[in-house]
Amino acid sequence: MILRRRRGAATVDANAAPARAAAPERWGEVSFEDRMATVDFRVGERPHIVVDSDVCRSCTTRECVTACPANLFAPTADGGILFNYEQCFECGTCYQICNREGAITWTYPDGGHGVVFRHG
Amino acid sequence: MADPRADGRAAAEVDAVVVGAGPAGSAAAWALARAGKSVVLLERGPFPGSKNLFGGVVYGRILDEIAPRWWEEVPVQRWVVRRSTMVMTPTQALTVDFRTQAWGRPPYNGMTVYRADFDRWLAGKAVEAGATLVTSTVATGLLRDEAGRIAGVRTDRPGGELRAKIVIACDGVNSFLAKEARLVPRTDPEHLTLGVKEVLALPREVIDERFGLRGDEGLDIEILGCTGDIPGGGFLYTNGDTVSVGVVLSLAHLGRSGRRPEEVIADLKAHPAIAPYLRGATLKEYGAHLIPEGGYNHMPALYTDGMLVAGDAAGMCLAAGIWLEGVNFAIGSGLAAGRAAARALDSGDLSASGLSGYRRELEKGFVLANHRRLRGAPDLVLSERVQRRYPGLVADLVEGMFTVTDPKPKPGLLALLKRAARRNDVRLRHLLADAVRGGRVFR
Repeated sequence: MILRRRRGAATVDANAAPARAAAPERWGEVSFEDRMATVDFRVGERPHIVVDSDVCRSCTTRECVTACPANLFAPTADGGILFNYEQCFECGTCYQICNREGAITWTYPDGGHGVVFRHG
Repeated sequence: MADPRADGRAAAEVDAVVVGAGPAGSAAAWALARAGKSVVLLERGPFPGSKNLFGGVVYGRILDEIAPRWWEEVPVQRWVVRRSTMVMTPTQALTVDFRTQAWGRPPYNGMTVYRADFDRWLAGKAVEAGATLVTSTVATGLLRDEAGRIAGVRTDRPGGELRAKIVIACDGVNSFLAKEARLVPRTDPEHLTLGVKEVLALPREVIDERFGLRGDEGLDIEILGCTGDIPGGGFLYTNGDTVSVGVVLSLAHLGRSGRRPEEVIADLKAHPAIAPYLRGATLKEYGAHLIPEGGYNHMPALYTDGMLVAGDAAGMCLAAGIWLEGVNFAIGSGLAAGRAAARALDSGDLSASGLSGYRRELEKGFVLANHRRLRGAPDLVLSERVQRRYPGLVADLVEGMFTVTDPKPKPGLLALLKRAARRNDVRLRHLLADAVRGGRVFR
């Protein structure tokens, strides 16, 4: 597995006070794609989480978009939510914070599938 | 992996099915097998531990009940001899660092582990005792008999009904079995936190040097004040040739915060007190898991007719600020559940009243005795002042103490306290009230 450290990711705010002008040291920062590539997923045929985008259209808070640690929820231009189940940690954050009944149908992936942590 | 139905007894009933081969499930299965009961231990992952992730330390004392001299065989990363508590603001950090060499030799105290290794080892203990481990199998729901009593579980294997006299649900923080049995609500974000963690690779010698460790000695740092507007905390601990660093975030606040979990970790890693520890480290694994932090006041009913609940499924994590423990509580509750189930099987009374000895045993032992005593801690630790004001107050107070003011004489401690309180928008009467409350909670 090849991990790249993104260079120059930390930016310096020119307007910041002198004491804070130095960019903080950042180590192990990688693109989100590379971050997820560190995790082993055995992707099953069946999507274990189903999002009803029609229900999402009435939601104004969209907490799943911010909170999902795997960043699997993306708002669409027409007000819905696009969801990808393949790199899911199966943590349950999305359905726990969802405030729209029926928007997220959440089950475990079929046996043997889904995330496989090696260092958890 | 042995299939309990492979010998053709398709409709055979086992004494007990334990769902989930994490620490609670393996301990329950071990206790049942040791009592001579037939027990199937179901695991939805390809191996025990594959779905599990935690942020800290396994306190192994309870393992004495399962294997004498367990430390000679357990897959340990490092034995924790340094336990630090750090309180920080974006530019300050105060660390209380304790070290004892006693924790670095038998019978040990705490250890860092990879759950894929530790959970697999513990499940192996249940198998050695006679339990049948079935992996890659999801328990999709409860089986009920004609009278509506729980009679086993349905699985996602073809024809995969597994009949059992008793079910022990150790299926984790999302426990769908406990939800189906109406023991817990479908959602409960107020009493859940999200743990997100990075495992970062560093050479073993570099870890030893940076953290003042030798051989298999380890360090665990617990951190308050590193999660910004989101109530929570952080941690950093050493493994053999990796360092685990992460944050724990109140679920109810995370979604509204506008900050993504990995950004909160990135800020902690960039903190001037943390960044030098991680220089040159590369990301080896990223992951996340929910944590039930409600404590004693928010635990579900722990049993119903034909079913017991243990581990995270029963909200057994102890998130009490000073003490952050989970795996030992899972094992302790699993052992008690397994023993209670074995007694109920002996007596033939598998109703809720026949299983009530489970709760009594937990209340007498460390699991609920600790939870009961510390029941006020989760609310206090996640309260607004503890989270957002006291880290700055403490740091400003200490900075004032150690900032030399020559030629002016040193200000008195009371003046420094008043100044720190004012700067951090804390009223002294609130500070006093919280001190009294803290004294009661941690008495």
